[in-house]
Amino acid sequence: MAKHHIETTVNGDEIEFLCETEETLLDVLRDTLHLTGSKEGCASGDCGACSVMLDGRLVCSCLVLGCEVGGRRVETIEGMAKGEKLHPLQQRFLEHAALQCGICTPGFLVASKALLERTPDPTEHEIRYWLAGNLCRCTGYDKIVSAVMDAAVTMRKG
Amino acid sequence: MAETMANGQSQTYVGTRTIRPDGVDKVTGRARFGADFNLPGQLIGRVLRSPHPHARILSIDTAKAEALPGVKAVITRDDFADQSSEFIPAGEMMMNYKDVVRNVMAREKALYEGHAVAAVAATSVAIARRALKLIDVKYEVLPHVIDVVEAMRPDAPLLHDDLFTAGVEPKPEQPSNIAKRVEIVLGDVEAGFQKADVIVEREFKTAPVHQGYIEPHAALASVSEDGATELWCSTQGHFIVRAHCARLLGLDIGRIRVTASEIGGGFGGKTVVYLEPLAIALSRKAKRPVKMVMSREEVFKASGPTSGATVRVKMGATKEGKFVAGFAELKYQAGAFQGSPVQPGVMCAYAPYDIENVKVIGYDVVSNRPKVAAYRAPGAPISEFAVESVVDEIAKKLDIDPIDLRMQNAAREGTKAAYGPKLGPIGMEETLNAIKKTEHWNAPLRKWQGRGVASGFWFNIGGETSASLTVNEDGTVSLMAGTPDIGGLRASLAMVAADELGVPYDKVRPIIGDTGSLGFNFLTGGSRSAFSGSMAIVEAAKQIKTELCARACKLWDLKPDQVEFAGGQVKALGAAAEKVKPMSIADFAKVAGKTGGPIGGYGRINAQGAGPSLGTHLVDLEVDPETGRVTILKYTVAQDAGRAIHPSYVEGQFQGGAVQGIGWALNEEYIYGADGKLQNAGFLDYRMPVASDVPMIDAILVEVANPKHPYGVRGVGETPIVPPLGAIANAMEAATGIRFTELPMSPPKVLKALKERGLNKV
Repeated sequence: MAKHHIETTVNGDEIEFLCETEETLLDVLRDTLHLTGSKEGCASGDCGACSVMLDGRLVCSCLVLGCEVGGRRVETIEGMAKGEKLHPLQQRFLEHAALQCGICTPGFLVASKALLERTPDPTEHEIRYWLAGNLCRCTGYDKIVSAVMDAAVTMRKG
Repeated sequence: MAETMANGQSQTYVGTRTIRPDGVDKVTGRARFGADFNLPGQLIGRVLRSPHPHARILSIDTAKAEALPGVKAVITRDDFADQSSEFIPAGEMMMNYKDVVRNVMAREKALYEGHAVAAVAATSVAIARRALKLIDVKYEVLPHVIDVVEAMRPDAPLLHDDLFTAGVEPKPEQPSNIAKRVEIVLGDVEAGFQKADVIVEREFKTAPVHQGYIEPHAALASVSEDGATELWCSTQGHFIVRAHCARLLGLDIGRIRVTASEIGGGFGGKTVVYLEPLAIALSRKAKRPVKMVMSREEVFKASGPTSGATVRVKMGATKEGKFVAGFAELKYQAGAFQGSPVQPGVMCAYAPYDIENVKVIGYDVVSNRPKVAAYRAPGAPISEFAVESVVDEIAKKLDIDPIDLRMQNAAREGTKAAYGPKLGPIGMEETLNAIKKTEHWNAPLRKWQGRGVASGFWFNIGGETSASLTVNEDGTVSLMAGTPDIGGLRASLAMVAADELGVPYDKVRPIIGDTGSLGFNFLTGGSRSAFSGSMAIVEAAKQIKTELCARACKLWDLKPDQVEFAGGQVKALGAAAEKVKPMSIADFAKVAGKTGGPIGGYGRINAQGAGPSLGTHLVDLEVDPETGRVTILKYTVAQDAGRAIHPSYVEGQFQGGAVQGIGWALNEEYIYGADGKLQNAGFLDYRMPVASDVPMIDAILVEVANPKHPYGVRGVGETPIVPPLGAIANAMEAATGIRFTELPMSPPKVLKALKERGLNKV
């Protein structure tokens, strides 16, 4: 079967790609567009390492088909820093040592950004439940939660 | 602020919380992990795995697969020469190439569901998948055995007909699934029990648990027409991967260059090879690069979990609370091939305590499960869980505070450990004291809530390590280490280098070199990489300082005893000091060409003197009597770090290990059906802790300097997973009055126990 021709927006850039029907958005991002910041930890939507924003909504890109994103807006970890300036979440993750191996970090950052955009002043409880779809095996989550709370303070100050 | 050490050297960074040098790459998605590497013209490799837990492989016909357009190579057992039986050390465990070659590709038999039987390389994933279906494997299905106790029975299905129990006299006449019996003895345990006023004996059972790294195994191999081999892979030790691949594929070590990608977690599970030799064999056949990545299901079914076990513990104490005898019998699952971590389990069982009479027996038992791999303090959490549970019961029987009881019996400097050595300074008492001083220890509890405490011991190791420091033309420093950075190693080594050379931290750029760039490095494991790596960096820096002093002597026409290196500069001493201006590293860099050429140091050491790290954990939890669900309310870790180079990353080890331990204690387990197949090979059903399952983990850094390390450092990475199992079981007892002896204490098990006692009513 012929591949699908898809036109979409990724991190603000208008792009087009060809994909097979069964290819996921994650496959397209990683293998076709070479945006390997989104990671595949499970391919079943359980680990959150492939988290991206689709039209402003947090999704696991392993659960979205590539051919579903035509005309839509995809945002990945690669678009989070603006020029040389890291996003406050990225900066706080570094300062709080909120990553050890770093494989889950892009997914946590994308998911945390989605949280703070809708809930600028989250409680620890809200952060923990929002991030329950992202697995981290190294940190025990402590420093991740602290970094998100701290970033929220920074972002509220503007 | 800079402080001055006894040797006059300024110390600025060690002990502070710097930003890790590899951090920006990891928060922007730039960092390249195992599956992020690609080469032009690369093929996709896929593995055909056994659907049976135990089957003789009668034949493998690959003709149809090979004929499929787009298939460029197919490999089976025939592509790997058999290996002789020989044990070699692999981290804290031993391995045998006769087994390794059979684990990477089944030979006579498939020994577990998921055992690799063949592999293909094709131009696309779809073609590779189709090719696997075209491989015709004829199996003779054999009876299987999963449970360790069943596997030990004389009539159990036999995995290996040439496996005779080692460590028993006389040598058995019949083969069995018991690979080995080990024993350690100190004093006279029977005489010890005679002196006991109280004796507690219990049997415990733990389930196999997976390391659960989020990054699946990945490898990309490229073999050229002349046999030169390049490999990129996610591993804890690329030098070890090189050695294994050379051996399994009959290649010279020098022909293989392995580059370690960033590693997305390992915890011991990435100390062995699975895909790497297959990718090389496929690439060698296809003469194109071959990339292989495991699915999560493959990770669960075919890469090493750690052992499940059955453990019997018997301890005796006087009524004053002095431990007088400790006995334990450990039966550890090895998986399909021998080599469970029962030996360290035996050695660690009573290591936190000073007991005159100890006897621990261990059995290494094979069954139709994936071969176990190291997992964070391999073997220790299991045996220490059992002992710490019994210690708690003794405390209760004697009505002694559990911390005081541990304090009374704590191993300390000079204690003769049952596993052999006389211990140096260790922080058992200090961690107990630290826990007792917390507010947490005295916080109030409600009904259905309980508090538990447990301690844990792990040895830590050193070993072969190479690292280099190069002073660049502008005075910046390039640092190269050869152990993968799994959680802040580059930061720690750069801090040590900066302090040793007196240069700013951000002028030191650390990288992880490939196998062609440095001498041999043992792997990142045994909590050794920061301990050993920093020792190698100190040695490399020493060479630079010596060299710069020699150059200064030439420039200034002074004798060696008239100059010294201090505070990042070479200075003249005495009267000469007024005549010459001190020279910094950057000053020397500018004139390097005129004073003897490039400046650098190269530490090549076999690091000795790793100090054990003791930890004590305190946990509060609440049991829901209606569902059996357990919620962790509050958790505190106190552990001896010797000296924390980077406190945040040391705390991170404590917190991460504690949460892995929480998962082990409460939810994680390999669940097999009667058909011998794994029923929960995915993150939905293999339930690791998520953020909403755990509270903040308070981390207390205890620092009892390791006298054998220039900065006092001890390994810290593994000990944190040892105490949680016992601490949680003890808290469960406090909350419910029930002594849980079987892990995981998952909701169905807890609810059943509550129901049996009529406690399941709010």
